[in-house]
Amino acid sequence: MNTSLTNAARLFTAGLRALLVLTVVTGIVYPLVVTGIAQGLFPGKANGSEIEADGKVVGSSLIGQSYNLPLKDGQETPEPDLKWFQGRPANGLGTNTVNTRYELILSGATNRSADNPELLRWVKDAKAAVVKDNSVPGHPVRPEDVPADAVTSSGSGLDPDISPEYAGLQVRRVAERNGLPVARIRTLVDEHTTPRTLGFIGEPRVNVLELNVALGELVARAAGH
Amino acid sequence: MSPVLSGVLQLLALVAALALAHIPLGNHMARVYSSGTHWRVEKWIYKGIGADPDTEMRWPAYLRGVLAFSLAGVLFLYLLQRLQGVLPGSLGFASIDPDQAFNTAASFVANTNWQSYYGEQAMGHVVQTAGLAVQNFVSAAVGIAVAVALVRGFARSRTGELGNFWADLVRGVVRVLVPIAAVGAVVLVACGVIQNFSGIHEVGQFLGAPQQWNGGAVASQEVIKELGTNGGGYFNANSAHPFENPTPFTNLFEIFLILLIPVSLTRTFGVMTGSVRQGYAILGTMAAIWLSFVALMMWTEFAHHGPALQAAGGATEGKELRFGIGGSSLFAVTTTLTSTGAVDSFHSSYTGLGGGITMLGMMLGEIAPGGVGSGLYGMLVMAVVAVFVAGLMVGRTPEYLGKKIGTREIKFAACYILITPALVLVFTAAALALPTPGDSMTNSGAHGFSEILYAYTSASNNNGSAFAGLNADTQWFNTTLGLAMLLGRFLPMVFVLALAGSLARQQPVPATAGTLRTEKPLFAGLLAGAVLIITGLTYFPALSLGPLAEGLAA
Repeated sequence: MNTSLTNAARLFTAGLRALLVLTVVTGIVYPLVVTGIAQGLFPGKANGSEIEADGKVVGSSLIGQSYNLPLKDGQETPEPDLKWFQGRPANGLGTNTVNTRYELILSGATNRSADNPELLRWVKDAKAAVVKDNSVPGHPVRPEDVPADAVTSSGSGLDPDISPEYAGLQVRRVAERNGLPVARIRTLVDEHTTPRTLGFIGEPRVNVLELNVALGELVARAAGH
Repeated sequence: MSPVLSGVLQLLALVAALALAHIPLGNHMARVYSSGTHWRVEKWIYKGIGADPDTEMRWPAYLRGVLAFSLAGVLFLYLLQRLQGVLPGSLGFASIDPDQAFNTAASFVANTNWQSYYGEQAMGHVVQTAGLAVQNFVSAAVGIAVAVALVRGFARSRTGELGNFWADLVRGVVRVLVPIAAVGAVVLVACGVIQNFSGIHEVGQFLGAPQQWNGGAVASQEVIKELGTNGGGYFNANSAHPFENPTPFTNLFEIFLILLIPVSLTRTFGVMTGSVRQGYAILGTMAAIWLSFVALMMWTEFAHHGPALQAAGGATEGKELRFGIGGSSLFAVTTTLTSTGAVDSFHSSYTGLGGGITMLGMMLGEIAPGGVGSGLYGMLVMAVVAVFVAGLMVGRTPEYLGKKIGTREIKFAACYILITPALVLVFTAAALALPTPGDSMTNSGAHGFSEILYAYTSASNNNGSAFAGLNADTQWFNTTLGLAMLLGRFLPMVFVLALAGSLARQQPVPATAGTLRTEKPLFAGLLAGAVLIITGLTYFPALSLGPLAEGLAA
């Protein structure tokens, strides 16, 4: 009995020592070396691909944002600021419930199933809103023209991109709200459309933040003239 | 180009990349685990452990090493989380509650990486980097070690010796995982994955007030999360989060990393047993199952049945635009046919049948190509069963790779196969019979049932993905899922190592004209049939209550 206990203790000690040594290798040396290389070679990317406008950081090109009007008194959900291109819905995003000294954004999906009544309502409401917001006099948007990404939430809730179809559908509205020619906005969208990588990987996409930064510059230039 | 064609081309590119990579890596691993020399850094590590890497172990000693090391891992990770509140470098995050800390410790040591916590609000730098990411490396190395021990059981004869666990563990980390991970991490950073220790900081926004963001050592953790088929995300959204998986290319690269070692190990198996064609038969079976699952998944996701998806005009709910439906389907099938559980899209919002495909992938025992190590030993156990079935058909003593499959071997294989279904079905039934666990469901009806069935399937098979609508941070789920993960990982290992010991003792029987040719396509077909019938049918009643009911109604 005594020897088997001693043996078990010796074995456990060996296991613990192995863990501690390998923690030094894979939990301290490895991440620090990788961080050193990353910060040396790709500092911008390693720190979150931040982009600036007018000398100020306006976000990360990888992280989707909301483009809303400030909340009015008594309002619970803000309205979209239709001057700007809008991203995908983000019904799965949350806020932190522990460590509440921070106001963190919690990435996440809705996790609603394809037959979930709440999801069906969100999709229908979103579609109606996209049709209403983007219809301009003489150019109504038909419900069947609304692409799926415009009415569904992404996996992270932080999708930075929209489809070229959804961007194209917003062109007339954005042009009207900013008093700019439709053709100029359409060109802007084309310039910010990224094709599939190597022609076949992923989907063609438009980065909403980069597009809005460029739109902001265009609006400022037009106002300057 | 249509999205369907893009999906198919991505699939072909992946197959081509794996075809090129698996031979050199498989040969490399065969050399690593047969080598008689030690690197200098390894000698230092052995000194630190206090172990002699040249002592051969019989199966009970090998198993004791696995269990002692894993027990130390669970205790260390548990304590690290419980003490987080007072550790420096933790961003001021609080300590994790006991039930959740147990669940997470069990989860990462068992190579499952089920997460009942939200990464970005719960775990600071120290726990993520020196706790969770370490287990990503070492739990993967343990899996490979056990697989290699089984391969030695086939390759060796008239000895009970299976190698040295400490040497296999250390070599797996030092010569296989760390070098690939270091290169892969730099590739990921070059594409936009973050790698810093900036902690929580403010970032300005285009409109409105700045936001608070987490920084962290994400790339170094992301790469081993995929390479070691672990799956625990730095952020709650896992590989859907743009900081973990920023571009369509990184998506394909991460799928490649998931498949790389499990596929290459079939080559290692072939080389170490002296017949690469035996390795190809195993790989062919894995590839056939994986390809048919991918085809089914793409079909059902592009067809987007289900009221909400029909209304939207596409199955884009829970999927990132940049990956598309093709890239997301490829990831979902790959992560559930391996023991990974990382997600780039949320399976709960897949079509009913698509969700069922992810579940069936795990239920087959994650053998196509499976987790690092666990995929190979799972498939080899199935091969033992398949030759046994074939032997019964012709009335001949079955043998595999020159080893007789007798009563003893088939008992170990049968026990191995029975463990996970027992865990999944008993725990699911218990959760549904009790009054409170059902309160954790987000969806109702068939999909609500699926949330719970998915959770126990994922935990018992050491996958870690979820129908994440389920609120799993309750004492019931933290405790039972934690137990399911530990039992689902280590009980099968007991039988694998016992089988390996039994095989290694045998004198090989010479092949005759009557020997079943296990390197031929006929055997690969028999093996695939055995996998589908034995494990698939076990779960058919449960599947018909959940995803089949949902999918057929749509």
